[in-house]
Amino acid sequence: MASDTLSDDDVVLREAAIPADSPVQAALSGRTDILAMTQKAHDAALTPVDPGGLSHALRAALAVRAARLHGEESLAAHYASLMAAAGAEGEVAALAEPATKDFADQRLAAFAAYTDLASLAPKDATEADIAALKAAGIGDADIVRLAELTAFLAYQFRVVAGLKLMQATA
Amino acid sequence: MSETLHDFTVEVPLWRPRVQPIDLAEATPDQLEALKVTPSNTKVSDYVLVLANDVETLKARTPLFNAIMYNRGGLGRSGRELGAVGASVVNRCIYCAAVHASRYNQLTKTEDHMQAVFAEGEAATLPPREQAIYAFAVKLSKTPSEATEADMRALRDAGLNDEEILDLVLSSALFGWANRLMHLLGDPVPRNAEEA
Repeated sequence: MASDTLSDDDVVLREAAIPADSPVQAALSGRTDILAMTQKAHDAALTPVDPGGLSHALRAALAVRAARLHGEESLAAHYASLMAAAGAEGEVAALAEPATKDFADQRLAAFAAYTDLASLAPKDATEADIAALKAAGIGDADIVRLAELTAFLAYQFRVVAGLKLMQATA
Repeated sequence: MSETLHDFTVEVPLWRPRVQPIDLAEATPDQLEALKVTPSNTKVSDYVLVLANDVETLKARTPLFNAIMYNRGGLGRSGRELGAVGASVVNRCIYCAAVHASRYNQLTKTEDHMQAVFAEGEAATLPPREQAIYAFAVKLSKTPSEATEADMRALRDAGLNDEEILDLVLSSALFGWANRLMHLLGDPVPRNAEEA
């Protein structure tokens, strides 16, 4: 697939909901390659072929949590639909709620704590936060997967927020 | 082990990973492709070797990063770098701020803007166009975003068109991503100390 082919279901375009006759849409038409690559990054972070120790259900649940921490309820609904599609249940499904911080499974508690930190206050992160993931039994490759997921989401949420502001003042 | 840097600088530090970089000798074909390793190009940074632990995302991210920062048209390079710096200040990514502040200085042949940014942080005062760009990037980088319609109007009042504003949104947002990798997965350390 060419890198500038837009998906029929581009998440950013759907969420930003820019009217076809808007000058913002005209600007976006010059950056189709970036939109298409953003969608590919979404798919790589949320539904990778090799998910490692982070199942698609777990990724989607953390994405709902991160979206809610960012105040992006509409994107939270998108990720909730991915959660449902992946069959998230029990404690994995409970990750979606930011108020829930206690989990019987210490790996899930560590995933939640990291998602909260990376979403809300990445500036405060220290080596101890990575050590906490390792202490919970999360391996290095899964730590990178978790970091990429939360970091990609921080990007996508801001692209959508920025596009909405552009449209509001167009 | 050398001391981690906590203060902003335009001297690009070294980066010491907190997780294990992949071993190039044991890299899969997919990883080698994502790393663009060829017999004549075997130099890969620890940062990229760390990211190769998640090869699917790395393969998607590298061309996206280059497109957002270097695509033709729209906002000039220095404006995109200023967006990157605004995000890096909010997220306190010392390494990212050093790289992109020094690129900004090279592109603009100025040093006073970055001196103001490093001295005053998020509240730095810059000339009107740079001020609008920097303030927007800073506010968009908060969680939740604190950017408002007034900030967007300030960009338009400073003369930025939709194409330029879109590139600023993208570059500022991109560093919400990059900062969360660089600042969380490793430590910036002084060059001389590491080599000593």
